[in-house]
Order: sequence, then structure tokens, then C-alpha cells
Amino acid sequence: MSLLSSFFDYAFMQRAALGCAAISVSAAPVGCFLTLRRMSLMGDAMSHAILPGVAVGFLVSGLSLGAMTVGGIVAGVIVAMLTGAVTRLTGQREDASLAAFYLISLALGVLLVSLRGSSVDLMHILFGSVLALDDGALRLLCATATVTLLVLALIWRPLVLECVDPGFLRLVSRWSGPVHFVFLGLVVVNLVAGFQALGTLMSVGMMILPGLAARFWSHRLGTMTVLAVLIGLASSAAGLLGSFHWGLPSGPAITLSAGAIYLISLIFGRAGGIVPRLRPGKHFHN
Amino acid sequence: MIAFDDLTLAYDREPAVHHLTGRIDRGSLIALVGPNGAGKTTLIRAIAGEPIASAEGGLRVDTRRIGWLPQQAEIDRAFPIDVTGFVAMGLWAKIGAFGALGRKGRAQVAEALAAVGLPGFGARPLSALSGGQMQRVLFARLMLQDAELCLLDEPFAAVDARTTEELTALLLRWQAEGRTVVAVMHDLDLVRRTFPEALLIAREKIAQGPAREVLSEANLARARLVLASDTARRRDAA
Repeated sequence: MSLLSSFFDYAFMQRAALGCAAISVSAAPVGCFLTLRRMSLMGDAMSHAILPGVAVGFLVSGLSLGAMTVGGIVAGVIVAMLTGAVTRLTGQREDASLAAFYLISLALGVLLVSLRGSSVDLMHILFGSVLALDDGALRLLCATATVTLLVLALIWRPLVLECVDPGFLRLVSRWSGPVHFVFLGLVVVNLVAGFQALGTLMSVGMMILPGLAARFWSHRLGTMTVLAVLIGLASSAAGLLGSFHWGLPSGPAITLSAGAIYLISLIFGRAGGIVPRLRPGKHFHN
Repeated sequence: MIAFDDLTLAYDREPAVHHLTGRIDRGSLIALVGPNGAGKTTLIRAIAGEPIASAEGGLRVDTRRIGWLPQQAEIDRAFPIDVTGFVAMGLWAKIGAFGALGRKGRAQVAEALAAVGLPGFGARPLSALSGGQMQRVLFARLMLQDAELCLLDEPFAAVDARTTEELTALLLRWQAEGRTVVAVMHDLDLVRRTFPEALLIAREKIAQGPAREVLSEANLARARLVLASDTARRRDAA
């Protein structure tokens, strides 16, 4: 109980917990689809790609949440569009052009922040400050979670179909194009919302790791999504407590907690984990 | 009825099918055959309504009730979805993106699975199915589409003889129900035994008509020659 008392005793811990809970509820389901679409590294690249937009927002308005958020979204959308355009015009694979643009973006972003800010500002943007979330940041995180869940509910069936059998979706409906771009929009918005708490480098961790870990426990998308949210919440709690009691930086502590759950799942998960695979037995698991 | 009028379909300025003229009558059961690279999949995808990079000439399909059975390689079988969820996609025209599957829908899925020889498989994950079982699942989904025009891309690739025989019987049944069935096929013996009609292409039309006549040695040799000389011409041009 004494371990958990920090959540009751300190307002900043309550704010951090609420912010992380919003990120878990929102980013983890998006991350499930991202990993299932084999786009995990795309999420990582996109989290770097938003940096110059955040930096321009910072240059214009300092550490203003609104300016940095709008800048991040604009940068993410521009990189996504440029990547798609290069692929269509040249036939170069999308992952290759995305890698080129995210590297350019990351370098540009660090350069822009360095023009005016201190190394403290740069660290704030790169690694976030979940223990110092203000009202505006909390509102943004909660609004993002609400919108994300509503949109996901709306596009759930076409999104599933687009993942499993995209050609069939193209034939039976006109959802194929829109659902892809709406989903990419959700990825960008969640990364941008998450950077305030976890930084641009770490926010992708809460998107990818819970989904990857949950996949090792279930063959059902619904169950996997709920598990991913729970893993996100557990990682947040463990990371925040580690940060509070042992003085660890909060963003990496939360991401490492999610990483530890991923490794445990990888070894013991009953839906494809290493140990169950070695055991002869059931035909399949539900 | 499907009508081609001097149809040319191309990717990256290279025609996959060119100057194709002909028709497929309503109620036909026809095999689309040709050597590898002949343009069969491009043509059946165009009939299905997929946008092709460049399409010239006419292609008329007189129904919008089209059912589609893709190659297995196009399906992500590692995706965490059960057989019921996958087969239920065949009801998209009725339930769309938001409608509930409901008791009636579940019963239809169970009936379709029973019809393809997989009763009680609804709760299994897609990843637990063998290649033959997956093919039966695809037939069940196609059945639920209740289409006037059924398009199948290599429906018997890597499927055992018994499964092929049972699924072939389904094609014949659909034709007897008045549906038009067009299937891309590689097994020429199976085509000769089962399909009344065939369309042989090698980027251009080689022959169309009764399957046994179309698949004569002379026509098959000509198809190989036309494709080889077309490929050589492109290589020289490059």
C-alpha cells in the first residue's frame, strides 16, 4: 500500500496517472492495428517525423502546447503525404522513402530546437515530462483518447477487412482509401498528443509495445485490444512508481516497463510465445 | 454478361493484356487460362472492378453483384480473427460497415461453413487452418456474397484432390443456379474435365470456346510462342 500511496498523496502523480491512462486507452488500440498491419517501424519513424513541426511551434511560441501540437500534426501529415507521393511517382518502397523523410525531419527538428532553446528544452521535447502535465495537456490527452475510441469504433470493421484482405475491401466498398488515411491520422494525432507526456522519442513505445505483448496472449482482436490497454495501464503504473521511488526518468521507466511485459509475453504468451511453442499439445488456442 | 472491346490493360506503360475483344455470356462457367505472365489475374481483377493503372478500350460488366475469391497469398492469415468473423465479410452488401451480424447472419455463416464441409469451424482462428481448409473458408465467404458474377483467382492452387473435387461441385452448382462463374485456372486437366468453356490468353486472346477445343496442343503452343516473343520484344526495347 505504501508503494501506491504516492498516487494518493501527490497531485502531480495523479495527473501523471490520468495522462498515462488516457494514452494507454487511446494509443494501445491504435498500436494493435499498427503492428497487425506490419507497420510497427512506420509508427517509430512517424514519431520522429513530427519533431520539426513541434520545433517550429516551440520557436514561434516557446513551450506552448497548442502551437507544438498543431506543428506536430502538420509535420506528420506532410511526411506521410510526401512518402506516399514518392512511392507513387518513383515506385520506391514506402518504408525506404519514409526512412529518408523521417531522418531529414529528425535532424531538422533537433536543429530548429537548438536555434533557440536550451538542452533542457530539447530533452523536454524528446523525452517528455509526464510528471509535470498541466491542465491543457491533460485535456488534450483525454480529448485525443475520446476521439480515437469513437473513430476506431466507426472504422473498426473496414479497418479489420483492410488488414486481412485489402483486395476484398476494395471490391465490396469505397472504404479502402479513406480508412487508410483516417487510420494514419489517428497514428499521427496519438503520437503528437503523447509527446507532451513521454516525448517524441518515447510516445511510440506506448503505442507499439502493449499491442505486441498482447498478441502473444490472444488470437482474438477484441481480447487483444483490451489486453493491450491493460498492459499499457500496468506499464504506466509501474513506470510512474519506479520514477517516483527510485528517481528514474519517467518516460523511459514507463517504456521499459512495457518492454518487460513484452519480453515476458514473448517467452510465456500462450498464443505463440516461445515456451508454449516448445510444448506439444493443443491444436490451437482461442 | 461481360464484354471486352479492344481492351488494353497496362502497368508502368507495359500492357498486361492488349486488344482483347470478346464476351462472356450470362450463366457461363468459364476458365481463364494461359501461361504465367499472360495477364489472367490482371484481367479478372479488372472485371472485378479494381482500378488498373492504365485501361483503354471497353470493358462492360452488366451486374454489380460481384463475388470475389482472391489468391490465398493476398490474405493475412496471421491476423487475429476467427473463421466466423472472416466468412461474415461475405455479408458486407447486407450489413455494411456498421450493421450487426445478428442471429440470422450467424446462422447463414454456419450454413455456408457446413456447405463447404467445415461445420463447427466457426470459432477457429484463421491461422489454425490448413491450406485446403482456408480455401473452403474462402468458398464459404463467396457463397454468402450471393453474387450474380463469381470471380475466382486460382481457386484450386495447392489444394488436395478431394477438396478440389468438392469445391468444383460447388462451381457447377452455382452455374446451375444461373450465376456466371469465371475462374483463373492452372490445372489444364481439371479445366478439360470440369469447365464447359475456356478463354486462353497470352496478353492477347489466343482462343475462346469449348474447353477441350481451346486447350488443344496447337493453341497452347501458340500461347507460349506469343508470350515468349512479346517478352523478347520488350526486353530488346528496354
